[in-house]
Amino acid sequence: MTRDRRLAWINGLLLPLFNVLTAFLATAVVFLFIGIDPVEATKILIYGALGYDEGLGYTLYYATNFVFTGLAVAVAFHAGLFNIGGEGQAYVGGLGITLVALYIDPALSAWILIPLAISGGLLFGALWAIIPAYLQAYRGSHIVITTIMFNFLASALMVYMLVHVLREVGQMSPESRNFPDVTWLPFVHDVFAGFGYNIAKSPLNLSILIALLFSFLVWFFLWHTRWGFAIRATGKSNDAAVYSGINPKKIIILTMCISGGLAGLVGVNELMGVQHRLFLNFNFGYGFGGIAVALMGRNHPVGILVAAFLFGILYQGGAELDFELQNVSRDIVVVMQGLVILFCGGLEYLYRPLLIRFLAPIETSE
Amino acid sequence: MNDLLLNLILTLDASFRVCIPLIFASMAGLFAERSGVVDIGLEGKLLMSAFIAASAATVFGSPWIGLIGGIFASCVFAMIHGFASITYKGNQIVSGVAINILASGLTMILTLAWFKRGGITPTLQADERFLSITLPGVDIIDHIPIIGVIYRELISGHNILVYLAFAVVPLVWWVVYRTRFGLRLRAVGENPKAVDTAGLSVEKIRYKALLIGGILCGIGGAYIAIAHNAQFTKEMTAGQGFIALAALIFGKWHPYKVLAACFLFGFLDALALRLQGVVLPVIGEVPVQLIEAIPYLLTVILLAGFIGRAIPPKASAQPYIKEL
Repeated sequence: MTRDRRLAWINGLLLPLFNVLTAFLATAVVFLFIGIDPVEATKILIYGALGYDEGLGYTLYYATNFVFTGLAVAVAFHAGLFNIGGEGQAYVGGLGITLVALYIDPALSAWILIPLAISGGLLFGALWAIIPAYLQAYRGSHIVITTIMFNFLASALMVYMLVHVLREVGQMSPESRNFPDVTWLPFVHDVFAGFGYNIAKSPLNLSILIALLFSFLVWFFLWHTRWGFAIRATGKSNDAAVYSGINPKKIIILTMCISGGLAGLVGVNELMGVQHRLFLNFNFGYGFGGIAVALMGRNHPVGILVAAFLFGILYQGGAELDFELQNVSRDIVVVMQGLVILFCGGLEYLYRPLLIRFLAPIETSE
Repeated sequence: MNDLLLNLILTLDASFRVCIPLIFASMAGLFAERSGVVDIGLEGKLLMSAFIAASAATVFGSPWIGLIGGIFASCVFAMIHGFASITYKGNQIVSGVAINILASGLTMILTLAWFKRGGITPTLQADERFLSITLPGVDIIDHIPIIGVIYRELISGHNILVYLAFAVVPLVWWVVYRTRFGLRLRAVGENPKAVDTAGLSVEKIRYKALLIGGILCGIGGAYIAIAHNAQFTKEMTAGQGFIALAALIFGKWHPYKVLAACFLFGFLDALALRLQGVVLPVIGEVPVQLIEAIPYLLTVILLAGFIGRAIPPKASAQPYIKEL
């Protein structure tokens, strides 16, 4: 193996693997600290998430959300942008979906309405990202700070919309009326029942296919189109991109629109797939979870699918832990997210000096 | 007239109380960012310190031990941030986000493990928290019109951490602009290479800045849990770390301007609370969400350069790598 190949192996596979393992190890330490056997906990977690139909359904349902937000963060990362605003974009995307679902004539066919509602999510998510993008590209304000601010603005906007605009007269809780059935995405258990197979009920719905489709589209877009190339080039080196005739300002806007749009799809799963109405904080935690998923998945759609599945397992298994053990709640998953972001993101170079030193003698002997 | 004055003073008084954590956190952020480390993790440090402060205060029965515990917790998180972003030269923002999420999860897990309740700590007794202090002379000045009310309601009757917050700001100014450390701190944030060439350790200065930030954030978090409130509750910092970050930018990384921004944001917060459900002439019912959104809106507008310009320290967000 040449030196370059070996370095690619270290950076691409060995380091990320070590980092993920360290995050798991750190979680095990947290478990020990609160007096829980980590092996026992892992068993419960895995059984809860994968051991039976219903659990698996929930796992995939949670994973669907993480695919959307993970892709959103990853696309932005490829352009060298850190989109921390997935939380807000997902929230406002839900508003786009709701507006289509509630205000467009429900007599239309589902084949028209569902794509329209999905586009509503894409569009509103993108709109919520385009302002920070514009400000970064043309006014020089930092995207991280503006997207954080836009998360809070989104939350204020959505509370206002739910309380003053979308809430039905006489309704106490701030939520919209139900969407017409024609905009509902079918549950997977219903689809299976249609073919004569009976599987347990779960919130898993056809959004998962949309998530897979978008994973493919993102992969194709980033690695097989001119725009995707421009995005990656800008992320690698702004100067080189300019030199080859790419306008980084436009790339920032384009990237953030795609990123925000993808985050906006969380509502497809949550609102069109499961809840069939808009309510407060339906997006809670998925935007930030997407950061962990993107970092763990190395910003590649395949990696993201794997990482999202893993986080789905953690979410669902965490609920099982909550149920089975006294001393722990599903918030352990949040701790784990934090550790994954710390070790796969902030400390991504933790083992590099060690590995390089370890491999150096082999190198010189060649 | 008197009613209006009292109302105004009470709103100002409430703004004092809510802007204290903003002051501590934004001064913490000031040190970090002046040294070239972007501190997204203020929120997490506040939350962690609020939780540990409340836990320590309830276990040991003393607010002072609570305060020390809070400071310690916040410093540990600051050092994790430093370890990732200074020693290992990782992305400062990513590790800051990690700290926030970690704090959010850990506080939930530990409340359950330590106190058997999800997300809250036991309510603190009066002697376990910082109580209001009545300043001397309130009775004497009280019957002087206007000044009496101002002295009684606004200046007297806060807990010790409130007075500490207002003392910290000039101290920060003095350290940043009048001491050798402050000069080096600012230099590291603007041009770390120059500092390195002068034979000083960039890493050491940045670690020191983060440690000071950890202490200040720790006091801010302790204030929230054991002075302003009497227990820790789930996500009780509610984004104040981010508002502090906004205030830091809004005040252009200068202690007094940041203080003014904190006060403005605190005032808006108190105002939103007071105007909840109030119907004003002409405007009608005030949309509270709009007032709550103003700090964020203002910061975005300022950052965009539409009202003045906020230029961060030049080297911020860049890990310093010595020449190879």
